[in-house]
Amino acid sequence: MSGITAERAIPGAPPREPSYLTAKTGLASWLLTTDHKRIALLYMAAITVFFFVGGAGAVAIRIELFTPQADLLSADAYNRAFTFHGVIMVWFFLIPSIPNILGNFLLPLMIGAKDLAFPRLNLASWYIFMAAGGLAVYTLLSGGVDTGWTFYTPLTTAFSNGNVLAAAAAVFVSGFSTIATAVNFIATVHLQRAPGLTWFRLPLFVWAIYATSIVMVLATPVLAMVLALIFAERAFGIPIFDPLRGGDPILFQHLFWFYSHPAVYIMVLPSFGVISELVTCYARRRVFGYNFMVYAILWISLVGFLVWGHHMFVSGQSLFASLAFSLLSFIVAVPSAIKVFNWTATLYRGQIVFDAPMIYALGFIGLFTIGGLTGLFLASVPVDIHVTDTYFVVAHFHYIMVGGAVSALYGGLAFWWPKITGRLYPEGWARFAAIMMFFGFGFTFFPMFIMGYLGMPRRYHVYPEEFQVWHVLASAGAVILAFAYLLPMGFFAWSLIWGRRAPANPWGATGLEWQTSSPPPEENFHTPPVVEQGPYNYHPEHAGPPALEREQHQPQGRQP
Amino acid sequence: MSDIAARNAALRQPWRSLRRQREGAAFGIWIFLGSEVMFFGCALLTFAVYRSLWPDAFAAAARETNITYGTVNTALLLTSSLTMAAAAEGAAAGLRRLTLCCLAATVAFGIGFLVVKGFEYQEDITKHLVPGAGFRLEAPQAQIFFAFYWLLTGVHAVHLSTGIGIATVLGIQAWRGSRMLASPAFEALGLYWHFVDLVWVFLYPLLYLGGRS
Ligand SMILES: [Cu+2]
Repeated sequence: MSGITAERAIPGAPPREPSYLTAKTGLASWLLTTDHKRIALLYMAAITVFFFVGGAGAVAIRIELFTPQADLLSADAYNRAFTFHGVIMVWFFLIPSIPNILGNFLLPLMIGAKDLAFPRLNLASWYIFMAAGGLAVYTLLSGGVDTGWTFYTPLTTAFSNGNVLAAAAAVFVSGFSTIATAVNFIATVHLQRAPGLTWFRLPLFVWAIYATSIVMVLATPVLAMVLALIFAERAFGIPIFDPLRGGDPILFQHLFWFYSHPAVYIMVLPSFGVISELVTCYARRRVFGYNFMVYAILWISLVGFLVWGHHMFVSGQSLFASLAFSLLSFIVAVPSAIKVFNWTATLYRGQIVFDAPMIYALGFIGLFTIGGLTGLFLASVPVDIHVTDTYFVVAHFHYIMVGGAVSALYGGLAFWWPKITGRLYPEGWARFAAIMMFFGFGFTFFPMFIMGYLGMPRRYHVYPEEFQVWHVLASAGAVILAFAYLLPMGFFAWSLIWGRRAPANPWGATGLEWQTSSPPPEENFHTPPVVEQGPYNYHPEHAGPPALEREQHQPQGRQP
Repeated sequence: MSDIAARNAALRQPWRSLRRQREGAAFGIWIFLGSEVMFFGCALLTFAVYRSLWPDAFAAAARETNITYGTVNTALLLTSSLTMAAAAEGAAAGLRRLTLCCLAATVAFGIGFLVVKGFEYQEDITKHLVPGAGFRLEAPQAQIFFAFYWLLTGVHAVHLSTGIGIATVLGIQAWRGSRMLASPAFEALGLYWHFVDLVWVFLYPLLYLGGRS
């Protein structure tokens, strides 16, 4: 982007005032901090570790699947590898990633608050998360779990040889952290907004985090109770889902998916928020249909609670139930489509700059669209019966969660990196990494649609030789993808020392977070902000010559 | 300490005023209780499904619970809600003696509940009402009823113990003077306590009154 002015340290210039990074020093000032910005960095450190841990599971899977025979892992070890990959990635990476890193850092800044509503609860939430992570690592070290991340009964309660109790406890405890953070976010949005910042002036990222938090608060406890039921049945032998004593294993699936479908929205709604911020900034346009974007987010989080049965078309639920859930699943796709259309319409006649965050955002829109549309394949009963438990399903949800959520996370990290650290990342490398992530992802997961459609079942470590070409393609793509994940970690770390210093608003973005210095002071704003206009006010009419000089001005919309 | 100084000491970051902070504490607790409703709701829904699947076994099993203990405990818990409400109101009004006495009474009623519950659990064990081998009733589905009996009352007791713990800490802090009566924690505790009470109001008819009409 043009207009970046690097502030080199000038001799004789006044020393920079202390930011939240430098205001206090020492390990205790980090581990006992109640500053939301520092807690966001604590989360970033922890979640990065879990990303590597969960990624190790993916590496083991992709190496094993390189050949049709079992060469690296036994059947049992393979079960443990994909279960561990799923459990870590879902509950210790995807669910906390954007809300707890970017949300924690940005939410108070975006609404002009000094901190989250309950700062100490925020720190407690991190410690609970770490305790849960410790349990998860203990699960791995004590042999792992072989049930799949879905914990289906009666496998988990009666037959599994893995350490189900530790895994269930880890996920259970992580739920406390999720709920604590969500309560904090909801209270903050309700009670800490700056004067003049009405609900319909909120940035869409805030709306997205708010809606996510509501889903977290209402869905996570259901998972907690289900896991408690599993735990009690396995540990104490009390029959809850035991068919021999009148229990119903299908009931478990209903309860599990009542949580786990909304959990998909917990993972992807925050990405919607990030993408809305990126697309508007790098197209220099107001978001198209702001109100519809807000209603779409709320609609998704509501209807998302009513579609869980689409995971159970072949589990023996009635055909009527399947049809109802199928219809509702089609309905929940409508607001997602609205969002994709509105992002696209925002690009129209925008002055698009292909900086790294924008490349991530465009990649997100493409991958999310494919993931969403294949979701509709799976939501229609006849197609689903054909591809149930195949790689088609694996490809579909990786398009949403990895193609979608991880692209948004990396795009968001790049976009807000100057705000978080006060340093600019190297743009060329970042563009390269963003493009590589898109293609690496495509090579890894698109072949899975094809082999899934051809009948390759998921969760097998050996397979017929006819599928090998697709698996080799996927494994090779995974190498590119892994490199695309590691490269930004490298240049982000590099930028901490050698990156150019970032001005307060390097991208010329709207939003309160850009009005304070980079990195922000401990109390966030030197003077408490007052809001007088709606979000994404790019090309304001009254801005006059300075704004016109910075970006070639073109009126928005059709010319008369 | 003057009133204004006391109020300033109770004000925490990032709140701008004590009124707003109090609002925030109550709001946060309400959201959290929404979460708790889903937590218990999940178990109660599962219970309801099984009850409609196996009505006879569930009715027979419910008759095995000890209604005397259950009723006494209901009375204890409802009374504790009264004292808790008085304590919260007393704290808001700055009435130190009333707050401390009512908090102590609340804790006492809560512990009384747990003691009665302990006797009841002991009797349940000697009557072979623990699901598994040697279970007292013939119908295997009756074991599901008692699975929920143990689970729901157990989870409720954990919640109650948490409430007792917090009430004790707040009481000691208020007594020592390290926590101002203006602190929003008393109202927050009150909301939580009433919720735990309310859960019992659902458990009592489901576990004790079923099959006894
Ligand atoms: Cu789903």
